[in-house]
Amino acid sequence: MTYLIEGRDGPWELVVGLEVHAQVISQSKLFSGASASYGGEPNTHVSLVDAGFPGMLPVINRECVAQAVRTGLGLKARVNLESRFDRKNYFYADLPTGYQISQFTHPIIGEGAVEIELADGSTRVIGITRLHLEQDAGKSMHDQDPARSFIDLNRAGVALMEIVSEPDIRSPEEAGAYLRKLRMILRYLGTCDGNMEEGSMRADVNVSVRKAGEPFRTRCEIKNVNSIRYVMQAIEVEAVRQVEIWENGGSVDQETRLFDPARSETRSLRSKEDAHDYRYFPDPDLLPLVIEEAWVQGLAAHLPELPDAKRQRFQDEYGIPRYDAGVLVAEQATADFYETVARGRDPRLAANWVIGDFFAALNRTGRTIQDSPISADALGGMLDLITDGTINGKIAKDVFEEMLETGESAADIVERKGLRQVTDTGAIDAAVQAVLDKNPDKLAEYRGGKDKLFGFFVGQVMKAMAGKGNPALVNEALKKVL
Amino acid sequence: MSLDPATVRRIARLARIGIDESDLPALQRELNGILGWIEQLNEVDIDGVEPMVGTGHAALRMREDVVTDGDARDAVLSNAPDAAGPYYTVPKVVE
Repeated sequence: MTYLIEGRDGPWELVVGLEVHAQVISQSKLFSGASASYGGEPNTHVSLVDAGFPGMLPVINRECVAQAVRTGLGLKARVNLESRFDRKNYFYADLPTGYQISQFTHPIIGEGAVEIELADGSTRVIGITRLHLEQDAGKSMHDQDPARSFIDLNRAGVALMEIVSEPDIRSPEEAGAYLRKLRMILRYLGTCDGNMEEGSMRADVNVSVRKAGEPFRTRCEIKNVNSIRYVMQAIEVEAVRQVEIWENGGSVDQETRLFDPARSETRSLRSKEDAHDYRYFPDPDLLPLVIEEAWVQGLAAHLPELPDAKRQRFQDEYGIPRYDAGVLVAEQATADFYETVARGRDPRLAANWVIGDFFAALNRTGRTIQDSPISADALGGMLDLITDGTINGKIAKDVFEEMLETGESAADIVERKGLRQVTDTGAIDAAVQAVLDKNPDKLAEYRGGKDKLFGFFVGQVMKAMAGKGNPALVNEALKKVL
Repeated sequence: MSLDPATVRRIARLARIGIDESDLPALQRELNGILGWIEQLNEVDIDGVEPMVGTGHAALRMREDVVTDGDARDAVLSNAPDAAGPYYTVPKVVE
C-alpha cells in the first residue's frame, strides 16, 4: 500500500531514512574501565579518561567490538576487518574532551538489510548503510538551578552503535515496523536492551518529500526522537510541513529540527550555521581496529537463532500459521515459553492457549512472561489433561482461571473440585433423558423438523452435568434418542 | 589554497577563540603560511601508496570488558571550578 501525502496539486511521496543510536550492552565503557551500567550516583561511573583529563589515553573494550560484530552479523551486513576511529569535534558542556570518538570514513560494519512486515502482510527490505561504534555523551540537567546547568558524566563514554538505514522507508508505518524489527533483532542478539524510555535506543529521522519519479529533494533531520510512536508522528507532520513549503513556492532548508509531541509539530533547532561542521579527523590516539576473520566466525557460530529463522522454524516444525508464529517470536522469552509448552504436545493446541487465554491473563493481571503466575510446565500439564480426556475444553477454562488465582497445578484443581469429565455413558444417558422429560414442548418442535434445537439440548445436558460431560459422548447420546 | 578573512573568523569561532578584528590580517598571514608549508607535501608522488596510520603494522590493542575504574568522584571533580554537590556546573545552556 503506497503512502501518499495529498497536496494541493497532486500526491507527494515520502522518503525517510533512520539513524538509530543503540547503547551497547557491556560491563564497562568503550574506551575506559568505568562501569557502563545505568543509574549510579552522579559522576561515580567516571574515569579520568571519560572526564577528559589531559594525557589520558583511550583503550578499546573487546566486548564492545564483539557486540558491534554480532549486530552486524544479525543485520546480514558486511563486517569490515579493518576500521578506524575519528574525532567528531563540537563543544558542549556534557562532552568533556570537546570531541566524540566515532567512526566516520571506515566504519566497522558496512551494508546490510532488515526485512519488515506490514499490517497487510506484505514484506519489504530496508537497506542498512552502515553501523559504527562511538561514545555516548554525558547528561545535562537544566532544571536544578536558575543560572546553571548540572552535568553528570556517568553516561559519557558508554559505547553506542549508530545504525544508519538507507532512505528506503516510504511511510510512517514502515518506519515503525523497521524500528520494532531492529529492536527485536538487537534484543535477540543481546547487544542492546532496546529500551527507548531509558534512552538506550534513540532515533534521528531524516525526512524529505518528492513527486513520484523525482530524485530526492532536500531533507530535514529530526533529532533524538525517543519512542516509536513519536517517530511515526514526527514523520507525518514533518512531511505535511514540507509539502506546504514546496507548494507555496518555497524551498526546504536542510536543517536539524526537534519534534514537540505536545504540539505535534517539528521546530527548527535555533542552531548556528556551523552545527554540522564537525571537522572530523583520524584520532591520533587510536591505531586502526583490526579483527581476525576467525574471531568473527567464532562470534557467528554462537549467535542465537534470530526472529526470522525462528518464525520459519515454528511454522515448519509445529505447523502453526505464520501469523501465530510471528506473535510467538516477538520476544525471545515468549518463544521459549511456547516451546516448553509445545514440547511433546499438540503444538497447535499449545499455540492457541499461549496466544489466547494465557496472553489475555498476563494483560489482565499486568504481569509479564518473566513473572507469569503460570509456568510453561504448569500450562503444559493442563493441556495434558485436555488431551487425555480428563477434562473438556470448557472446564479447562475454569481450571486455568483457578490456576491463575491459586498457583495450584491443573491436576490438583481437577481432583480437589471434582472436575473430571464424565465419560460414563450411563450417567450421560440419564442426564439426556431428564432433559427430554423436562422439555416435552421443545422435543415436539424438534421432531417437527426444527433441527436447530439440537444445540439447545446439548446446552441443557451440559448444564445439568455442571459442564463436565464429555462433549462428544453427549452429542452421540442425544443423536441416538432424538 | 589560501584563507580569506571570513574563513579565519569562522575557524576561530568553531574553536571558541575570541579574536579582535585587528588581529585578523596577522592570523590570516600566519595560517596561510602554515598551509603553504604543508602544501609542499602535495609535490610528493604517492600514487599506489597505502595511507600510513602508524609506525609498523601495529593494530589497536584491546582490553577485556571488566570494570576497573570509576568510583573516584572527588578526583574527577577536583578541577571543576564550580561543582555543586556531586555535579559539575556550567552557565546555563538551554536552547
